[in-house]
Amino acid sequence: MSKDNTLGGESGSMIDEALKEQVNQLQALVESGDQAGAMALISEMNRDRDDSLYQEVGKLTRSLHEAIRNLQIDSGRTTEDEDLSKIEDATDRLAYVVDMTNKAANKTLDLVEDTMPVASKIRDEAAGLKKEWDRLRRKEMKPAEFRDLTKRMDTFLCGLKADSDKVYGNLSDILLAQDFQDLTGQVINRVTGLVKEVEENLVNLVKMAARVDEITGTVYVAEQQQSGIEGEGPQMKTEQREDVVSGQDDVDDLLSSLGF
Amino acid sequence: MNKDMKILVVDDFSTMRRIIKNLLRDLGFTNTDEADDGNTALPMLQSGKYDFLITDWNMPGMTGIDLLRNVRADDNLKTLPVLMVTAEAKRDQIVAAAQAGVNGYVVKPFTAAVLKEKIEKIFERIDS
Repeated sequence: MSKDNTLGGESGSMIDEALKEQVNQLQALVESGDQAGAMALISEMNRDRDDSLYQEVGKLTRSLHEAIRNLQIDSGRTTEDEDLSKIEDATDRLAYVVDMTNKAANKTLDLVEDTMPVASKIRDEAAGLKKEWDRLRRKEMKPAEFRDLTKRMDTFLCGLKADSDKVYGNLSDILLAQDFQDLTGQVINRVTGLVKEVEENLVNLVKMAARVDEITGTVYVAEQQQSGIEGEGPQMKTEQREDVVSGQDDVDDLLSSLGF
Repeated sequence: MNKDMKILVVDDFSTMRRIIKNLLRDLGFTNTDEADDGNTALPMLQSGKYDFLITDWNMPGMTGIDLLRNVRADDNLKTLPVLMVTAEAKRDQIVAAAQAGVNGYVVKPFTAAVLKEKIEKIFERIDS
């Protein structure tokens, strides 16, 4: 945004100067008993005030237009428009991120749920075979049992190869499912850029609004604070914040201090 | 601790429900149901004879803290053990959950070990 939006800077100080000058004149007029002159000066001051107000309002209106144009939200937008506004575009991009992360998480969960029983099966069969194997080594096994054991061992080893292939395959699919990070990262970076831009423009709008309040002498009462327990989602920079716990240990300490 | 107990898992994200259900299954709990917010969960709790509630805090519709308050205000549900598993990490929130009568509080991201420990602690206390 260009610099002419920093409102009231130079013209403000000029007004101040003129006002000081006029106050001095008024004081002199009142002290010398020139009532008519004083009244004339007062109405001149009023006129100046009105003029500068109109000027400021004019400037504000222009700046407001520019700021709104920079936000790229067009009130006259119709649905046939093919070009999305930046905000709509950002919303779509973020929906894409939600979709991608959702798909990746579900794919990973599918593969994990598919792999876990394989690992359990291998562990159980290995444990069973180990028991038999120990009996063999202690020479507690009859020839018939030994034949069963070799057959079982053979089945296990053949199955182990297939199972390992499955685990390996699932793990590499899980690896590939992480490719969302790159894509969503790029999208989020773009949206972050837009949010910064919008914020800058909004800050300018707020500055303008503050200037309007200043000129017209409007004072707002600060809104009541919220109770502080509304859900906010994940907290950022927890190590720099006093009102936020830094992890599960902190939660446990806090709860035990409350008698948990 | 009864491994057949009926557990309701409430979270608005289906992936988080899946993760919690998987962790519960690893701990031996297979009798689990899901709900995506308090408004869905409360009627299920009222009609379903659940033994344990695991809920997120921040959900559209009815939040977890409101669900907890509703559970504590319901004569048939007020003794139901409730574990909160949530990203909400403000001290005021944890105190509010404690005051509302939560039995345990786990902050996301969490590990399987933490979930196990908290569940065991809750039922140790109830069984003793």
